[in-house]
Amino acid sequence: MTEELLKVRGLRTAFHTEAGAWPAVDGVDFTLRRGEILGLVGESGSGKSVTGFSLVGLIDAPGEVVAGEVIFDGTDLRQLDEEGLRQLRGNRIAMIFQDPLMTLNPVLRIGEQMMEAIQTHAKVSNAEARTRCREALEKVGIASAESRLDSYPHEFSGGMRQRVAIAIAMLNNPDLIIADEPTTALDVTIQGQILYRMQEVCRTLNTALIWITHDLGVVAELADRVAVMYAGRIVETGPVSEILSAPRHPYTQGLLQSMPGIAQPGARLQQIKGMAPSLTKRPSGCAFRPRCPNAIARCAEQAPDITTEGSRSYRCYVPIARESVPV
Amino acid sequence: MALFILRRLIQSLFVLIAVSVVVFFAVYAVGDPIELLVSPEASMADRQAMIARLGLDLPVWQQYMSFLWRALHGDLGNSFVHGIPAISLIVQRIPATFELVVVAIFLTCAIGIPLGLVAGLYRDEPLGRGIMATSILGFSLPGFWQGMMLILLFAVWLGLLPASGRGETVNVLGVPLSFFTADGWSHMILPAINLALANIALVLRLTASGVVEARSQDYVKFARAKGVKPGRIVRRHILRNILIPVVTVVGMEFGSLIAYSTITESVFAWPGMGKLLIDSVYQLDRPVVVAYVMLVTLIFVLINLVVDVLYAVLDPRVQLLAPAN
Amino acid sequence: MTPTDPEPTGTIGPLTDTPRRVAILKKLRRRPTVRGSVIALLILIVVVMVAPYFAPQNPYDLANLNLLDGRLAPRSPMMDGGTYWLGTDDQGRDMLSAILYGLRISVMVGLTTVALATTIGSLVGLVAAYVGGFVDAMLMRLVDFILGFPTILVALVLLSMLGRGIDKVILALVIVQWAHYARIMRSRALQERHKEYVEAAANLGFPAWRIMLFHLLPNCLGPVMVFATIQIAAAIVLEATLSFLGVGVPVTEPSLGLLIANGFQYLLSGDYWISMFPGLALLLLILTINILGDRLRESLDPRHA
Repeated sequence: MTEELLKVRGLRTAFHTEAGAWPAVDGVDFTLRRGEILGLVGESGSGKSVTGFSLVGLIDAPGEVVAGEVIFDGTDLRQLDEEGLRQLRGNRIAMIFQDPLMTLNPVLRIGEQMMEAIQTHAKVSNAEARTRCREALEKVGIASAESRLDSYPHEFSGGMRQRVAIAIAMLNNPDLIIADEPTTALDVTIQGQILYRMQEVCRTLNTALIWITHDLGVVAELADRVAVMYAGRIVETGPVSEILSAPRHPYTQGLLQSMPGIAQPGARLQQIKGMAPSLTKRPSGCAFRPRCPNAIARCAEQAPDITTEGSRSYRCYVPIARESVPV
Repeated sequence: MALFILRRLIQSLFVLIAVSVVVFFAVYAVGDPIELLVSPEASMADRQAMIARLGLDLPVWQQYMSFLWRALHGDLGNSFVHGIPAISLIVQRIPATFELVVVAIFLTCAIGIPLGLVAGLYRDEPLGRGIMATSILGFSLPGFWQGMMLILLFAVWLGLLPASGRGETVNVLGVPLSFFTADGWSHMILPAINLALANIALVLRLTASGVVEARSQDYVKFARAKGVKPGRIVRRHILRNILIPVVTVVGMEFGSLIAYSTITESVFAWPGMGKLLIDSVYQLDRPVVVAYVMLVTLIFVLINLVVDVLYAVLDPRVQLLAPAN
Repeated sequence: MTPTDPEPTGTIGPLTDTPRRVAILKKLRRRPTVRGSVIALLILIVVVMVAPYFAPQNPYDLANLNLLDGRLAPRSPMMDGGTYWLGTDDQGRDMLSAILYGLRISVMVGLTTVALATTIGSLVGLVAAYVGGFVDAMLMRLVDFILGFPTILVALVLLSMLGRGIDKVILALVIVQWAHYARIMRSRALQERHKEYVEAAANLGFPAWRIMLFHLLPNCLGPVMVFATIQIAAAIVLEATLSFLGVGVPVTEPSLGLLIANGFQYLLSGDYWISMFPGLALLLLILTINILGDRLRESLDPRHA
């Protein structure tokens, strides 16, 4: 049982339009170890959610995964057929979506939607499945779990629904959970509770987690490692503490500086000038160049390759030097 | 729930009253009511008696009240042609029409929903597109023409089924039904298909578009992410969600089928309410027409009520006492 | 600092230049049918217009008819050397001529009905949306009421009260159909009503009727027009049905529906042409109108790129 759980190389996912195929994910590489928590950070349009769905083959037309390897525990997921993927989904790789109101079927009871996640992968009796579901609900802190199993999704609050989603993800003890912005739709206090639960779950069960978000603050609290995405590529990865204290890529630095917690009270919030490019208008060379304060001529000619520095890596010709940024 | 039903009952009552007002004024106040209600062959004495009985010399609102009073007692006048009370004439014909309608609804669900499911799931393939294209024929071709073609094909050219009339009936609880005889069925099949065709097309398209919409919903994607088998996704997730609008439509179509049975019954000489209506319109037997309108309105209103309740039962999100918009 | 989008000095192109097969095929498929149905429709309209001059025989001039010529099969010879291409009916009328005349009546009824229903319905919908309040509520109650009943029933009952005749048929059809237009116009007008050009017109002191007719109406016509196209076929079918049932147009001016009804009794004895051909003509008419309307609706639907 190797330490390396997931290895992604050269993942490319494109969306077909009448004007051609545009890559939302443009050559993404990263690795994940067992039990590790990776924060995948980026603005909207950076391709982070598409990356998450691409890993398990849940990209629907007009999108399509066109290149790359997704090696999960020795098997390339891209070589599996739909049935092969289906057996892994919800079983060894679970997902949590962003908006639990939309992702739970409104006309079916919670209990049924939880039990089907168990019974589709193993021959388990109704009674036993129900018991496991009840226990899962209790573990995520939902009171009167037994009667809750007979409720409908709209009878829960937003935070509770998301906890149900976490419970569902845990049901079959997956090796990996992919969480796509699970707390974006919730308010801050609930967010804290969810983060706590997730951490607990992952630590106790040694489950790896990919937490997709735009919020660096969440990542700081939760993750072991961070991968920063911009315009379909990962521009920087590394251990959380190192990245946050001494970012190499100008985009990462820009993100850090624009966090409200950084600024002095009363001082202006820093922003990165310009806007993230849309799918069809990505600049040639380094995609961040138009907004980068340190850009040089070479940045426009060719996109930078990966530079590795110990346990970190980044794509930049003019990385930020070693001193720490005031945090 | 009880409050909801009560509210809907009251609303229904209003509709009934509105229809009664419209019908009353159409028959009694516009044009010469004596002309409309007294058979042209009646003698002078009969006329006088009728005028007195119907109170045609009274002010209009009093006439309406007495009309309403009589209507509530089931007295909607006597048929000119048959001489017996219009209501009983119609009631006699109800079983025949309902037979057709029931079979038509069954066909609609048995054929329309599965075909619609297939058309929706295979939307981008020739199979799905073919089904949808064929369905256009179902509701754009006139019903009477479809009926005629059915007769031409099955009765004239193939000689398999009878061209008209109702088959042998068996008395069930005093009601003559033709469900229980082979002869009954051979007569019923063609008109029932004719009645159902437009509906099948409608339900088919509704189901197909419902499936297409449901498939793109997040909860379907989430079910896939849980590793749920495709068959179960279609059965439990998609079907359950589209069943709601489909059931509503089928329910509402019940009333509409009763109306369209007028055409089918005419083409197939089926002795139901619809044929009676056509004959009465043709023969200017107005009391029967009036009675038909009142009765059918009552049926519609009841059906709408049942459909609303059914909808609330099927969709747990519906709050029965939602503020009226 | 105003966030501007700095112009990139060069953008990356797409991965491939071939769009998805499905997208192309869909577009291509649309064109031929539109062209085909427009052409078919134009042919039909021309035929309908010139029918009286082209028909081999005026089927309603009794002097032309010869009972001995009754119920002749298609392609039977005429006495004066011509051919009854589509056979004759029981009165000896040439089916081809009868169909041409019948088409004319059917189309006329359909177009008139829709024209009138659109006008009345649009005005009602416009007024309801613009004036709002009690007037709106009452008008919409009426609309809902009418739309709550199946059209065939309402038409039948109306005709039983009104009697026979083409004008009465048109009247009944219009009464049945206007409510649809009122609803469509009203919902569109409600959206437009709050736009600035309406406010501007009001501020300039234009009277309400002027604003409704000259400012609001032109912008709300779209969905109504599309619906009207589809409804032409529906009106034609409804008239044909009513005539078939014997409560529609009088025998002196038979539409296709009446022709079909006349031939119905002969169906069983094998003289299929008396009903079949008028039926096919009706079908062709309806299908072309429906397809055209469908394509029109698709191309105007903002959801399709």
